[in-house]
This record gives sequence, C-alpha cells and structure tokens, in this order.
Amino acid sequence: MDNILSVQGLSKHFKGFSLTDVSFSLPKGYIMGFIGPNGAGKTTTIKLMLNMLRRDAGSVSMLGMDSVVRETDIKQRLGVVMDQAFYVGEWRLTDVEKALKPFYTKWSGDTYANLLKRFDLDKAKKVKDLSRGMKMKLMIAAALSHQAELLILDEPTSGLDAVVRDELMDILLDFISDENKGVLFSTHITADLEKIADYITFISGGRVLMSDLKDDLMEKYLDVRGGLGTLNAEQRNALIGYKEHSVGFEGLVEKEKLALLPKDVVVQPCTLDELVIRFNLEGKKHDA
Amino acid sequence: MDIIISNLAGVPIYQQIKEQVKAAIIAGTVQEGEMLPSVRQLARDLQVSVITTTRAYSDLEQEGFVVNMQGKGCFVKPPDADFIREQTLKEMEGNFLSAIQAGRLIALGDDDIRGMLDILLKEEENG
Repeated sequence: MDNILSVQGLSKHFKGFSLTDVSFSLPKGYIMGFIGPNGAGKTTTIKLMLNMLRRDAGSVSMLGMDSVVRETDIKQRLGVVMDQAFYVGEWRLTDVEKALKPFYTKWSGDTYANLLKRFDLDKAKKVKDLSRGMKMKLMIAAALSHQAELLILDEPTSGLDAVVRDELMDILLDFISDENKGVLFSTHITADLEKIADYITFISGGRVLMSDLKDDLMEKYLDVRGGLGTLNAEQRNALIGYKEHSVGFEGLVEKEKLALLPKDVVVQPCTLDELVIRFNLEGKKHDA
Repeated sequence: MDIIISNLAGVPIYQQIKEQVKAAIIAGTVQEGEMLPSVRQLARDLQVSVITTTRAYSDLEQEGFVVNMQGKGCFVKPPDADFIREQTLKEMEGNFLSAIQAGRLIALGDDDIRGMLDILLKEEENG
C-alpha cells in the first residue's frame, strides 16, 4: 500500500525529555489517531515533521516526498490545524483569505466561501471574536481551500464541546471519502478516535509503544477485573498496568494470555482510554 | 436497508454491520444486483472507521453474499439457496451448542435439554 505519511527513526533530545526513534506510517485513504498522555511527545513529533524543530535523527516522508528536501512542495498540499489559530486577531475572515491565497497555487475562493457557509462562519467577523470551535473550523476551511491532501491536526478537539467535535468527525470522514487523502490526528480525547480512526499510534515517554490498526489493538487487549487474592504472582505479572484497590484489582491482559487467568475474573473489551492508562502505569512501574 | 449500530452490544462493529446486511439480503430488503453504499460512504454515515466497514464488506464477500468490484462498488449477489441454507445450518449448530453448554453449567442431562427443545418447538408451532 502507498503511504501518504511515513516517519522513520525520528529523534530529538532536549534537557529532561527525549523523543526516541519514533516510527510509524499511514497508508493513503485512512485516518490515524496519535494518542498518548500529556507530555508524551505528540506535539514534538508533529513539530519535527513540519520542520518547526530541528531533528537529531530520522526522516519523514509526506505525499511521497522527503519533508526537508521538498518542504515547499509538501506544504502546498498539506493542511495543518494546531490547537491555536495562527491568524492575526484583527483580521476579518475575508482578510484571512487575502493573506493566505498568495502562498498557495491551488487556492480556491469558491471552496473557502462554501466552507465558511457550511461551518456557519460569518466572513465579516474578526478572528479574535471567534469561539474556539469556530477557530478550529476556520483552520480546516483554510486547509481544505488550498486543496490539502494530507491533514495534520494537533489536539484539534481540546476545549471543544461535543457538538463541534461531532462535526469535526463528519468533516474528516468526508475528507477521506476521497481515498487518496490522509489524516493524522493527535488527541488525548480518545472517544472521538474510538469511532473514526483506522490506525492508532500510541506514544508514551517519547517512544512509540504501538502503532497498528485500531480494530486489531482493541481486539488484542482485554480489560480484566476481579477480587483481591484471586491472582497469584505469576498471573499478576501477566497483566499490564495491574492495580489493586481496597475491594479488588484492575488490569489489561493480552487475549492469548487470558487462559492463564482463573475463570472467576470479569473480562470485557477495553477502551482506548484504558489502553493509554494501563500502558502508562506499566511504563511507570518499570521506571521505578 | 437500515443499519443500526449499538455501542453497548459488546459485539464488534464490523460484525454488527455484517449481520445486518446479511439479514437484509436474506429477508429480501436489498435485492440481487443492488449496489450497497460504498465503504467510505458507510463509514461516514455511521461515523465508524473505513477499516471497519471494509472488513464487514470483505467478510460478506467471503461468505458469498456480495461481490466487491474494484472501482465500481459492492453488489448483492444472486441468492445462492444452498449456500444460505448451509450458513443457516451452521448458525443453528452454534446456537444449539451454546444452549447445551449453558445447560451443562447447571447440570442438565440430555433428556432435560431435549425436553426443553420439544416444549419450545410446540410453543412456536402454536404461535
């Protein structure tokens, strides 16, 4: 399959935090969720991909081109949505178009006008008067108006209400109804991704813990709960993120290891949130 | 054809889609040769991932209910009576098996299980 995005061995060392050997790839036509706790390295990875930071090692290819060598070509065809709009507050939405248009060879004024209408954005309004959700939609409108083929969104849903988040899911699914496009979407609100993501890349402590089809991940791990004293030491060790409380235990288990556990534990499908929490807990245990 | 996804069913979404399309085909709600919504359309409408709808459709193809034509769409196959019969028998076997296993848990013997089946058959007959 053709990859629209491929990150290989990306590394960056800061004082107190390192991004180490981050690799993942996204085939054309799909949505990848980029998840992990705060401070895991999601935004650093995205900034390195966009050359907003200088990398220590690794390579990134987008739309089949090297991200350093062909940066300008890529950025013509790339849409980026960060958690804050980078437009001047005093600009009206018509000024946003005037400012952006000269930079893009494929800017379409019709698309921009249609999207503003569809997103209920008043073009006479000033950027500073837009709500958070409106700013996010404005950035998407700008990205789609220059015919972006790859969308990179960094925490686009943080601070947004459920209605706007739902709208965004529809916009993204519309976007990839053309199978030559792709979306990378970082978030810590995993409920959104649980629905629409095809792939999940999970990063923690600057390293990629897993990168796979979402459905496969959700099938691979199961949520286990039970009473205290039900498990022996070996069984406890088989669990990921094992945690005891006053009236029982919780943990995650790989499907293949389920046979090791006694019959009287409660087993249910896991959520992405649980995956993040349990693996994070497990990681901390090994650090300690 | 309606497809209704439940997030509480504990059944994977691709399987829910598959079962409901299958039921619609067997019931004749969708006819032979009819085109199903594309995987991307369906993903968009149900707000699920494209991989999920793709998996449902490829399972349906493997089970002989539809045919995926590259670049054209996914079409309902002419009903293969033998095949559907075989599928249904398989499903019945599975359901019987889980009923038997449930019965064994409360130590029911063969005769108890047969007895229950007889009662149910009669009830069903009398509507």
